Amino acid sequence: MKQLEYVVLARRASQIMEELRKGARKPYSEVIDVSWGDPHRAGVKPLSFVRQVLAACLYPELVNSNKLPVDVRQRAQRLLGQCAGGSIGSYTATAGIAEIVHRVSEFITRRDGGAPSHPENIFISAGSQWALQNILKVLVNSKSSPKTGVLTPVPCHCTTTLSIMGLGAVVIPYYLSEEQGWELQVEELDRALESAKGVCNPVALYVINPGNPSGGKISPEQRTPKYIFVSKNMYHMVVFHAMLPVGHIQRRKSIQEVIRFVSEKKLFLLADEVYQGCVYGEKSEFISYKRVLAEMGPPLSDTVELASFHSASKGFMGECGMRGGYVELINLDPDVMKYIYKLFSKDSCAPVLGQIALDLMINPPQPGDPSYPLYNVETQNIRTMLVHNVKRAFEVVNSLPGFCCQPVEGGAFAFPRLHLPPKAIQKAKEVGLQPDTFYCIRLLEEAGVLISPGCEYGQKEGTHHIRFCIMTSEVMMEELLRRLTCFHTQFMKDFS
Amino acid sequence: MTSLQHVNLRVRGIRDSPHSRLQSLAADITQQIALGAQKPFKEVIDVSSGDPHNAGMKPVSLVRQVLAVCLYPQLLKDNNLPLDVRQRAQRLLEVCDGGSVGSYTDSSGMPHVKQSIAEFIMRRDGGVPSHAKDVFISAGSQRALTVGVKLLASGEGETPTGVLTPTPCPHTLPMLLDEAGVTPVPYQLMEDRGWALDLDELHRALKTSRGRCKPRAIYISNPGNPTGHVQDRKSIQEVIQFAAAERLLLLVDEVYQDSVYGRGREFKSYKKVLFEMDKEFSETVEMISFHSLSSACVGECGLRAGYMEVVNMDPEVMHFVDTMLCSDISAPVTGQLALDIMVNPPKPGDPSYGTYTQEILLTRASLSQNAQRAQEFLSDLPGMSCQPVMAGIYLYPRLHLPSEIIEQAKILEVEADVLYCQRLLEEEGVFVGAGCQYGETTGKHHLRLCILVPPNTLEEVLARLGSFHLRLMDALSHPDKAVRD
Repeated sequence: MKQLEYVVLARRASQIMEELRKGARKPYSEVIDVSWGDPHRAGVKPLSFVRQVLAACLYPELVNSNKLPVDVRQRAQRLLGQCAGGSIGSYTATAGIAEIVHRVSEFITRRDGGAPSHPENIFISAGSQWALQNILKVLVNSKSSPKTGVLTPVPCHCTTTLSIMGLGAVVIPYYLSEEQGWELQVEELDRALESAKGVCNPVALYVINPGNPSGGKISPEQRTPKYIFVSKNMYHMVVFHAMLPVGHIQRRKSIQEVIRFVSEKKLFLLADEVYQGCVYGEKSEFISYKRVLAEMGPPLSDTVELASFHSASKGFMGECGMRGGYVELINLDPDVMKYIYKLFSKDSCAPVLGQIALDLMINPPQPGDPSYPLYNVETQNIRTMLVHNVKRAFEVVNSLPGFCCQPVEGGAFAFPRLHLPPKAIQKAKEVGLQPDTFYCIRLLEEAGVLISPGCEYGQKEGTHHIRFCIMTSEVMMEELLRRLTCFHTQFMKDFS
Repeated sequence: MTSLQHVNLRVRGIRDSPHSRLQSLAADITQQIALGAQKPFKEVIDVSSGDPHNAGMKPVSLVRQVLAVCLYPQLLKDNNLPLDVRQRAQRLLEVCDGGSVGSYTDSSGMPHVKQSIAEFIMRRDGGVPSHAKDVFISAGSQRALTVGVKLLASGEGETPTGVLTPTPCPHTLPMLLDEAGVTPVPYQLMEDRGWALDLDELHRALKTSRGRCKPRAIYISNPGNPTGHVQDRKSIQEVIQFAAAERLLLLVDEVYQDSVYGRGREFKSYKKVLFEMDKEFSETVEMISFHSLSSACVGECGLRAGYMEVVNMDPEVMHFVDTMLCSDISAPVTGQLALDIMVNPPKPGDPSYGTYTQEILLTRASLSQNAQRAQEFLSDLPGMSCQPVMAGIYLYPRLHLPSEIIEQAKILEVEADVLYCQRLLEEEGVFVGAGCQYGETTGKHHLRLCILVPPNTLEEVLARLGSFHLRLMDALSHPDKAVRD
């Protein structure tokens, strides 16, 4: 089974780390793990302002001490005032603390050049995937025949595909176009929809913009769910486990085409926009699906059903462990909204600290605030680092024979194409691994670098890719690229 | 456009809970007051849910201090914080990837925390072995319970899976089962025996399920929510034997294990009792027990973390537990760390020991005093009776409502206890839970109120509730007096 290979990688990595801990001699002293979209893990520091406010909310004695800047203390005080009983340990309203939900709607309006956003359409959740699951639960009818289908990109999000299948629906894959920098092409959406005729009942289209993997950390055991359990609900084995490919940012025209497509085909549009904070291509700009929809005017703006997702896990804040995200729902039938509310209410509420992290993300310090200078320096540093990493990764990887890397405009990963020599492919077959997995295992063993193979994410038949996170410290990136270059040169020689 | 008819049938089948209606009413009233409306009370007191901090109880200092340092490690240098706080934080940060609570963790929880939990369970149960690999951390125990239940849920077209559920039960349970597509099979707890479990009743309930569904599990809440009953060893053994004989998975919710105050009562975990029974049980009976941060002493409901321990389950099936937790990504890291602190209290000699012990004792004392006070007060009211409470954070008094109210309720198409709660909320600004939310369907009426509140708050609640209740009873026994709508 394909899935088993990824376990091999993750398990071996754990073993190697253990061996190193016990003093084993290797050509490297630690494993560089860039297989996940987890900036803190990869050496990026949390933002001071965020952590100070959170600490003060947890331990309000800090609010009265002089150790923290005034605006931090004021912010914490205000937030605590909005928590029941003045404690982040209380339950909150189902959709989130009302004032925070309100501020989210203001953020969205600002971001979208004034397109109005209403608090009652927003639900804060324990991470964006949680919200996505609740929406899917409403759309997917596990008992229907034929099964419900959701159009999903290839490469795609492992957590999302797992959710879709776990609910008894079916993934309808549409391929992103690598040659065009992983662009989404409407013709391909048409083709995918056609292929679903008679097989399943498509109800939704899932898009991720900026295109990116979301990095959930899943232990080796979990990365090979046994589809025997869920597979009786599937009409074919879907072996996508991956996160999104690298950083393509959709242009306005493309977004408009997608909106027209879903309107015409009567599909619910699920727009995962968690990487909207990570844009660094020089000519790139993130435009939200909501904004484009609003600007297209009626009848589309009044009828297309849209769910847009965002999260505190990505962007420069990178607080994946806080579990804070939200969904904004547009043009849904009020009766349907009632059921969505019910689903959210089953889990009480999102973690309060996660809600606060969201609030801090959308309302950062402003010029003039005491925390602003430090905040600005820290975010600028992260931005500079990302831009630098992206440039270096692009340069170095493309300079290596056999590699071809598309430009990264945003997001957290590089997903270069790997043209493996026939001898390597042969060897991989012999040991029972996918060729890109084989490459990754060798890279891990010989260079102590843990990345992910493209086959985990789904790719066009016969192509191979690797994926690694670029949201790392500059030092780590340089070391990573150095080791990769060294290894790759040797590898290509060995298998020429 | 997706309309009601397109909504997933199973979601549409999730029953409405009166709780949300009452909650909206409470929110409306609070809003009206904020806008300056004149009411006979200054604010709404919400004792409808088990949310101690909401009601004014203080968090455990150790938990908050350690978490604050973990969030903002600069505080490691702050000498105002006790040394053991800083040492704990340092240790916890070492086990966080990248030294940050902002990193992802394994979906089933951080290995270090799972190990701490396993050790805690072993200590609690006098040495009965517990392993980290059998512990799964989730964002709240309800989430863990959902995973446990979904493991059993059968596929389409087959007889639905059934789960025996107590009446009364926590109000979130019926909705949880609806969403999982599982049929509740209610078994009545014996009110006149302090809400004890009755074996004959379990058998009766099982019989009724024949043909309707295939019972695969039994859910138990011990200490009971909302009843506050604590099972003794004999009762637990009977349930285990019953589950073994009928091949039912035991789903044991033990969230309030730290709140037993009844005289002569002691919490015994199902696991411990199971392992003290013969091999034919201890090696075969499948069980999942649940615990969470929303417990009495810690009460950190907003941090969202709980765990389950799985016993005697086929490893292949355990694998699915992992998989299902996957789509939640993980429990919040701060919640996981709080769990670690909860299961590793300070020891005598630790700098934080004094404060910690004081805080816990105060909480326990408040709880036990409140229970006694409330129980006596309410039992004194005509038309109300209350079983002695031994544990947990709720009181669940019985309402003996006059037929007029029941008639009124019928006309308004609500349950009588819901009508009572509605009027209590409108007239006195006290928000309590109505018995029908907890599964009561036998025409008996109850209220549920959280008693883990500061003593002053309890007094206020009792005063307002007593006043309302007496007025109501008085008006009804004198039907010529105008009855307020």
